[in-house]
Amino acid sequence: MSKYTLQINGQSHSVDVTPDTPLLWVLRDHLGLVGTKFGCGIGQCGACTVHLNGVPTRGCMTPVSTVGRKQVTTIEGLSTDGSHPLQKAWCELDVAQCGYCQAGQIMTAAALLKENPKPTDQDIDDAMNGNLCRCATYLRIRAGIKYAAGVTSSDNNSHITGGGATVASIQEAIK
Amino acid sequence: MSTPTLSRPIDRRDFLKLSGLAGGGLVLGFYLKSAGASSAADIVKPAAGSEFRPNAFIRIAPNGVVTLVSKQPEIGQGIKTSLPMIIAEELEVSWKDVVVVQGDLDPAYGSQSAGGSRSTPTNYNDFHKLGATARTMLIDAAAQTWGVPAAECTAAATAVHHAASNRTLSYGELVAKASTLPVPATVKLKEPKDYKLLGTRITGVDNPKIVTGQPLFGIDTRLPGMLYAVYEKCPVFGGKVVSANLDTIKALPGVKDAFIIEGTSNLTGLLPGVAIVADSTWAAYSARKQLKVTWDEGKFANDSWDTFSTKAAEMGKNAGATVIYKEGDVDAALAGAAKTIEAAYSYPFISHASIEPQNCTALFKDGAFELWAPSQNPGGGQGAVVSQFGVPKEKVTVHLTRSGGGFGRRLSNDYILEAAAIAQKVNGTPVKLTWSREDDLHHDHFRPGGFHFLKGGLDAAGKVVGWKNHFVTFATKAAGRGDDTAVTLRPVSGLDVEQFPAKFLANYRGEQSLIECNVPTGPWRAPNNNVFSFVMQSFIDELAHAAGRDPVEFRLELLSQKLGGAYDAKRMTGVVKLVAEKAGWNPKKFPRGQGQGISFHFSHSGYIAQVAEVTISQDGQLKVDRFVCACDIGAQIVNLSGAENQVQGSIVDGIGAAVFQELTIERGRMTQNNFNDYPMIRMPDAPAKIEVHFLTTNNPTTGLGEPCIPPVAPALGNAIFAACGKRVRQFPLSRADLRWT
Repeated sequence: MSKYTLQINGQSHSVDVTPDTPLLWVLRDHLGLVGTKFGCGIGQCGACTVHLNGVPTRGCMTPVSTVGRKQVTTIEGLSTDGSHPLQKAWCELDVAQCGYCQAGQIMTAAALLKENPKPTDQDIDDAMNGNLCRCATYLRIRAGIKYAAGVTSSDNNSHITGGGATVASIQEAIK
Repeated sequence: MSTPTLSRPIDRRDFLKLSGLAGGGLVLGFYLKSAGASSAADIVKPAAGSEFRPNAFIRIAPNGVVTLVSKQPEIGQGIKTSLPMIIAEELEVSWKDVVVVQGDLDPAYGSQSAGGSRSTPTNYNDFHKLGATARTMLIDAAAQTWGVPAAECTAAATAVHHAASNRTLSYGELVAKASTLPVPATVKLKEPKDYKLLGTRITGVDNPKIVTGQPLFGIDTRLPGMLYAVYEKCPVFGGKVVSANLDTIKALPGVKDAFIIEGTSNLTGLLPGVAIVADSTWAAYSARKQLKVTWDEGKFANDSWDTFSTKAAEMGKNAGATVIYKEGDVDAALAGAAKTIEAAYSYPFISHASIEPQNCTALFKDGAFELWAPSQNPGGGQGAVVSQFGVPKEKVTVHLTRSGGGFGRRLSNDYILEAAAIAQKVNGTPVKLTWSREDDLHHDHFRPGGFHFLKGGLDAAGKVVGWKNHFVTFATKAAGRGDDTAVTLRPVSGLDVEQFPAKFLANYRGEQSLIECNVPTGPWRAPNNNVFSFVMQSFIDELAHAAGRDPVEFRLELLSQKLGGAYDAKRMTGVVKLVAEKAGWNPKKFPRGQGQGISFHFSHSGYIAQVAEVTISQDGQLKVDRFVCACDIGAQIVNLSGAENQVQGSIVDGIGAAVFQELTIERGRMTQNNFNDYPMIRMPDAPAKIEVHFLTTNNPTTGLGEPCIPPVAPALGNAIFAACGKRVRQFPLSRADLRWT
């Protein structure tokens, strides 16, 4: 066991764990920050994505001994009050189904928008390719990123025909 | 049913606990199902300042906050938002005043199993009545307060209004009075034209917690002093533990205990294995790397997918062992046909791969179990623990958590049994079992693979004159699902007598043969239908093209030939016409390399038709450009946002399952391990456009978690054929050679 002092969401945390313990499990088991999720353990699904000095990183593949003084940002620290544009977009566009992967999706998307505030569809697909959504809400994830970025999207349109109201697109509905 | 008498104010948690202990459930919890039981004596008398609780699902506080209980497990289908919406609609409360809480397993709530897209249809009418009953009582309370007829009062926006005197009382102000009133035996429901919430877009009640990473899911459960466990099972299905290096494991850092669990031969029950309990997940996972187990692999250790395929191909040459359904004389019809077509379709075993690995936190203390689990079927989990460990039902408490996906996997509760077995050994300390992704892929209850051998005939006019389907499926003896004593073979899947186009053709025969295996299987989102639709709707397309006819027109003709049965051809015709119109059906407009395909399927009470549009490059790269979906799931869309999300998600999931997913069996085990060798669909492969159209019809409102899955694969396959002339008859489609010149 070794002692590590980590900078997480602007605060200092000390843990006593084996050096190979992945940051994911330090966050979840030792610090109670369970927003970062376990999905595969081999960096394939992206559910464990956190930022290390702003760079999206797989928590499950990052031994705690390699973190050092880097600033760790988790979904709990992306904003203090859920007011990050992506968090707001995710709520307003109702992106999630089960929601389990969405912390990782948002963390990856947040890093994308920081680098590239007005991403194209191709930029979004490229950046998000490492994050699995088992419920396959990819259309809404795309729409959420565009909405947060202020890029117009008209991909979603559903209608009730014959008896029900006709309802405009999500984007119109949330105005 | 006995009714608990409550003589003191109680807080919510006490209230829920009491109801569980009473066995009869919450006061009036079942009032809808026990007509006549309602009387003044049934009412909880609140102390001053306490809540109005007209039934198990509704609590209104004096400050006007309306708490609604969600009874069903939330697995991503949106039920935690949509069922409370129904109450809120009838109750006439502003949605902003509503707080939704997850109910634990409690008989007061009735069935709490979320499967078969049944949560909406089985609760829809009751939930209207729940809300309307409370609204009626609140109106009565206001009318009595004012001394005016109730008929002159109206409810809206969490308040009762008397127009004649322009007086308003908020629900909060009516709590005390309403709590003294009898529950009305009958109530008037709202007219659908007056709905304010139903059919609109309401965002998920847990969204704020999801986007800020608050604990919600089973895996997020944390209890004081909790230990962490892993459980290693035999990679070969049906294998048992002979021995393990337990002493070595127990000496490893952080390990608290390691032991063998004998388990049972029930394939979907408590399997034999080795448990490691440690002070952290990582300590348990690290110790597992040192674990050496000697297995008795049993008699299925040589099973392989290749052997199954070879056997199936042999069987396909002959008639099926059993005739499931027949009409007319198909052999004579095919012999007399102007043209016959034969085709063999097949699909592999696949995994649910719910993104939250199976997990359960369990505490065994003083002879009782307390469980926290992301289960689709918590009642089944409780029952399984009762029968496995011989404890009475009252000694098994189940807390419902949000589930990181379900797809049918969490209808079985093997991980609950494992956690319970580990907790019983640990005794007195809570322990969280977390499966690895590898555990999840190796020990899923898989969507079974299957083989279909089809023959169809056309007459000179291009009409179908006969259809034969020989389905080769699998069967197990230890069939699972609570039955580990089965000695006869039980098929893991089966043709049903109404599988279209059965009962639409004068000459039809569905036959079935069985291959024995020992692979655990279970329902995978739209079970059976998710593969049968691919086979039937693709083969219909083959026949349409062989007849030189338009695939939509050909299908509409088939739908017009109904011979009998429950299948509503009119509803299906409606969605086929709608989807063709909305998609701008015109296969001739596409250049080579692009194409349009259509399919339809009825399952889970939903009538669904879809059109796919694809582009295939000359080097065979497939791109899905667009899907259009028409759904008839009855008279009312509950939550338009959730409904659209289910349809779009189903379509992308359906594409992923058809194109990418495949498990192969070698030496009696699954050979894939994780998402690196079991690819799932990712964002770049999701279509840019998925258009959703709901055709509302005067039919009961039904569920949407599953019925949009089955038509996806055949619409896609039919579009591929239209684009490049290659017929795909085997999943995964990623293996198909789609190059064209």
